[in-house]
Amino acid sequence: MNLEVNLAGIKMKNPVTVASGTFGYGREYSELIDISKLGAIVTKGTSLKPKAGNKPPRVYETTAGMLNSIGLQNPGVEYFAQNDLPFLRKFDTKIIVNACGSTQEEYVELCKILNTLDIDGVELNLSCPNVKAGCMAFGTTYEGVKQITSSVRKVLDKPLIVKLTPNVTNIQEPAKGAEDAGADAISLINTLLGMSIDINTRRPHLANNMGGLSGPAIKPVGVRMVYQAHNAVKIPILGLGGIVTGNDVIEYMLAGATAISIGTGNFISPDTSIKAIEQIEEYMRKNKIEDINEIIGKVQMN
Amino acid sequence: MKVNIQAKIIKKEKLLNDLYKFSVEAKEIAESAKPGNFIEVRVQNSIEPLLRRPISIYNIEKEQGIIEFIFQVKGKGTNILAQREVGEELDIIGPLGYGTFTIKNYNKVAIIGGGIGTFPLYELAKELKQTTNTKVDTYIGFRTKELVVLEKEFEQVSDNLIITTDDGSYKTKGFAINELKQNVEKEPVDMIFACGPLPMLKAVQSYAIEKNIPCQISLEEKMACGLGVCLGCAVKTKNSPQDQPQYWHVCKAGPVFDATDVEI
Ligand SMILES: Cc1cc2nc3c(=O)[nH]c(=O)nc-3n(C[C@H](O)[C@H](O)[C@H](O)COP(=O)(O)O)c2cc1C
Repeated sequence: MNLEVNLAGIKMKNPVTVASGTFGYGREYSELIDISKLGAIVTKGTSLKPKAGNKPPRVYETTAGMLNSIGLQNPGVEYFAQNDLPFLRKFDTKIIVNACGSTQEEYVELCKILNTLDIDGVELNLSCPNVKAGCMAFGTTYEGVKQITSSVRKVLDKPLIVKLTPNVTNIQEPAKGAEDAGADAISLINTLLGMSIDINTRRPHLANNMGGLSGPAIKPVGVRMVYQAHNAVKIPILGLGGIVTGNDVIEYMLAGATAISIGTGNFISPDTSIKAIEQIEEYMRKNKIEDINEIIGKVQMN
Repeated sequence: MKVNIQAKIIKKEKLLNDLYKFSVEAKEIAESAKPGNFIEVRVQNSIEPLLRRPISIYNIEKEQGIIEFIFQVKGKGTNILAQREVGEELDIIGPLGYGTFTIKNYNKVAIIGGGIGTFPLYELAKELKQTTNTKVDTYIGFRTKELVVLEKEFEQVSDNLIITTDDGSYKTKGFAINELKQNVEKEPVDMIFACGPLPMLKAVQSYAIEKNIPCQISLEEKMACGLGVCLGCAVKTKNSPQDQPQYWHVCKAGPVFDATDVEI
């Protein structure tokens, strides 16, 4: 039975990775699970300089989901390179760094540095709804995505995955923007912009008022968008949004994902990703599937 | 070391109408837990409610491999938890939080808690009495007589227990902090430990800083992972500027902080 997949040149032992911002830089969960079993780890969104993040409260639970407005708090790429990367390298898994910035120059500077590090790929975050400048501002149009991706492509030789936001009318446009600019893959979806109000104080629950919705509640949106993007581009897709079981993984792969990430699912249980891998194997055995690559994009529409 | 275990519920007690005490078999957690640590409880095996509930540890019985926690039924999650029964297993991660109460030999300390914020203070008082020669004065405040809990338990681990009620329906009328101030003025303490509602914590914090008394406070903030990964439970550091705030995280640097380190 083969679970190995190749995402834009990143050869992974299985299609299960953990999503940016939900796994830190691996340390905390490495105390609870064997992170070497994962196909890859996508790091917390990392910027050129450290970022302090937004005011609390930053998280709020909703029905089968949660809102967050962390604001990309992170120690910066230099700290990552010195402290977290050597730690992560001790494990037998691929390392994908989620890169974020607030200007094109910042993205380029950051990726120049990332290009020199011992990492397996870069996930360009053009989709965070929680910071004012940058991120999602670039990610919603064909032109915006193409421009920033091309400028990064020029300085980055490593596999480049562009992470897209679902907060658009037509996901195929930014997806094509990434492909036309030379991205090796796209990942989707990031969180959906949402809001929740305390009816007693009449104020939003999050200090930032709005935040990104994640978790099982958003899965059908993610599956739909992966399907639409898969129909629009030829580059592979890293699918995510609401995945908590092996069956969810299969669903995303049928829709067109080559690999997937588990995000909020890690908070439910540290071993969600490990269990998902076991459940994929079970599904393959039951359905006599020799190679997981066989099912990618094999949904049969009504 | 933190672990994720299935912990059997061996005792369930209803302390008040909406207040429950659970005792669970959790050998690995009991072994390494410290006063101030908390656990993340998955109230049932489903995706709704989605997140675990952070609950502080009330009592640790290392030899028996048991931990106890007390929680108030506040919403969906705690409501389901309250319906779990003896014999069932609870999915728990713990012990969590690197910032815990400092146990050492003091001359005298004051422990102050309010309402449901008193629970993590029990293990603290107990360890101080059992493992050090510290004189422990405990101040706990409740709104009214019907809400007074754990009087006997705290009596056993304190040299003096001062109970206050806001409306004077039981013991001393008024706020616990006023009693603390009066007594500390007469006889100084080496440390104040506090846990409870935010207004009380703020009052304790500013008093301790003004009088230059070392003080540790236990904080709460909305939390998702409880492990230091999601960075949700931020609390502003004391010395960072308003326009460029820096943050600690309650689940990692805390939940217990030095009063001079945080702005609450
Ligand atoms: C607490 C939290 C922090 C996140 N931080 C990042 C981030 O730094 N960069 C990023 O690209 N996505 C970030 N995300 C989005 C996730 O990577 C993912 O795209 C989204 O949560 C949907 O997947 P899920 O439903 O499995 O969580 C974050 C999500 C959460 C819940």
